[in-house]
Amino acid sequence: MSLTLEEVRHVAGLARLSLSAEEEALMRTQLSAILDAVAELARVDTSKVEPTSHAAGEVAPWRSDEVQPSFSAERSLGNAPARVGTSFAVPRIIE
Amino acid sequence: MELTELSMLELGKKLGSGELSSVEAVRTSLDRVDRLDGRVKAFLRVDREGALAQAEAADRRRKEGRRAGPLDGVPVGLKDLFLTEGLPATAGSRILESFVAPYDATVVKLLRAAGTPILGKLNMDEFAMGSSTENSAFFPTRNPWNLETSPGGSSGGSAAAVAARMVFGALGTDTGGSIRQPAALTGTVGLKPTYGRVSRFGVVAFASSLDQVGPMTRTVADCAALLQTIAVHDPRDSTSAPVKAPDYLSELEAGVKGLKLGLPREYFELPGMNAEVRTAVEGATRALETLGAQLVPVSLPHTRYALATYYLVAPAEASSNLARYDGVRYGLRASGAPNLLAMYGRTRDQGFGLEVKRRIMLGTYALSAGYYDAYYLKAQKVRTLIKKDFEEAFRTVDAVLSPTSPTAAFRIGEKVSDPLAMYLNDVFTLPCNLAGLPGLSVPCGFTAAGLPIGLQILGRAWDEARVLRIARAFEREHDFHRRAPPLGRS
Repeated sequence: MSLTLEEVRHVAGLARLSLSAEEEALMRTQLSAILDAVAELARVDTSKVEPTSHAAGEVAPWRSDEVQPSFSAERSLGNAPARVGTSFAVPRIIE
Repeated sequence: MELTELSMLELGKKLGSGELSSVEAVRTSLDRVDRLDGRVKAFLRVDREGALAQAEAADRRRKEGRRAGPLDGVPVGLKDLFLTEGLPATAGSRILESFVAPYDATVVKLLRAAGTPILGKLNMDEFAMGSSTENSAFFPTRNPWNLETSPGGSSGGSAAAVAARMVFGALGTDTGGSIRQPAALTGTVGLKPTYGRVSRFGVVAFASSLDQVGPMTRTVADCAALLQTIAVHDPRDSTSAPVKAPDYLSELEAGVKGLKLGLPREYFELPGMNAEVRTAVEGATRALETLGAQLVPVSLPHTRYALATYYLVAPAEASSNLARYDGVRYGLRASGAPNLLAMYGRTRDQGFGLEVKRRIMLGTYALSAGYYDAYYLKAQKVRTLIKKDFEEAFRTVDAVLSPTSPTAAFRIGEKVSDPLAMYLNDVFTLPCNLAGLPGLSVPCGFTAAGLPIGLQILGRAWDEARVLRIARAFEREHDFHRRAPPLGRS
């Protein structure tokens, strides 16, 4: 199956990736080849098969809701690319 | 015997008796890193001061009669995706190049409690996506057995550092073979434990239903000892199973007499298996038969679909996991973006390498409206069939034997431009991840060109003890694990 450039751009948008024109072209070729290779799964009869989402098959465990110590604001902000006071700073969202 | 040739447990014993000190061991290892790593390039970061301080503490504990255990004072290395407080954790990516871990991963805490000085952080394919370390954003690691070849990946830095005797053991992670394939290509022992055996808290995530932390060592006994250290239930990882690990060393020497070992027909029929690999692995299976095991042909009929299944499931999960790298709270942020959306897109374009982008794109596509059922859900259903194949086989056999990798080490640059050719490296290793089973690679021979070959042993869920025991029975009769790469003698 061959992806169109529009499809590549749509998926890149969903993935929040600003690809260059060169990368878009490369992704189009390579993803098309990979999708061709994985298309063989269509040949497997799975009409009566349940999906496996997790290898362990365990249910998520319960734990009691207890207050635990957490990081200080200073420690949490230690890797922040930009900050204002005790907040992470980001480019303006609302004009 | 030179200090760096000792196994972890042998060194641990000499540290316990006072014959050697941990400071000596760390200094000797650091000297070796200084001498060799310019060529091997296994380390992304060497923590001299930290390792020496931890060694001094280990020596103090011994003098005070408070040794923490059999590995107290034995230097190790960590794949650069384990959060280690105060050290970088790049995951081999530009997007985390400046990130400094604010806390220790659970497995790092467990290593500290066991007293193993941490020499540094080891190279890897970016976000563990790759089979050669060529996808590291920084540099490829080289195979100590032949510097023109790759040590495999994604835990290639860990494997190379262990093989080159720069560390005594290391931790890696394995999502589709990232511990076992580099172990095979470097003549070392690598184990992917059962899904849920080891905590992943504080480990950079790739594909959460497949990722598992495991030991990489030179001997099977070291592998058992290191697994013992990290196989502890952790309430902070909801996938960490509340099961108590058995004593992995107690039955290690029990042999294989009476065990039924399965040879999966489909594995030996897959295209691309190198003739020397086939000969070595078949020789290893016969050796186990001579030791008293019974070889039983088994069928894993959906093996041929494992690669396609994996390359939908893993990228889908990766695309979701890697959504967190948005330039807001940590890591790289692209400058000059006019708004938030542009900042996300530019940050991720600048921060991620090509293979990571490819997998994010593939995964996003497989999860997107209109394609979810045909790709992701379909792959999850085939995953069920692959899992059932193993359940069926393990009704009659105790373990399954195969090559770890279809070829020995390949040349750097040989496969990097062809993603599908690179993905074929994982053809024998990834069914085990899809099924959540334990799998180990143990050295079982060399090619005529002197490159190591690995035997893969797959076991029932939670049955690492038996997998280790089979590997040890083979290792005891051979000297592959005692051979050192030619680099080490220079």
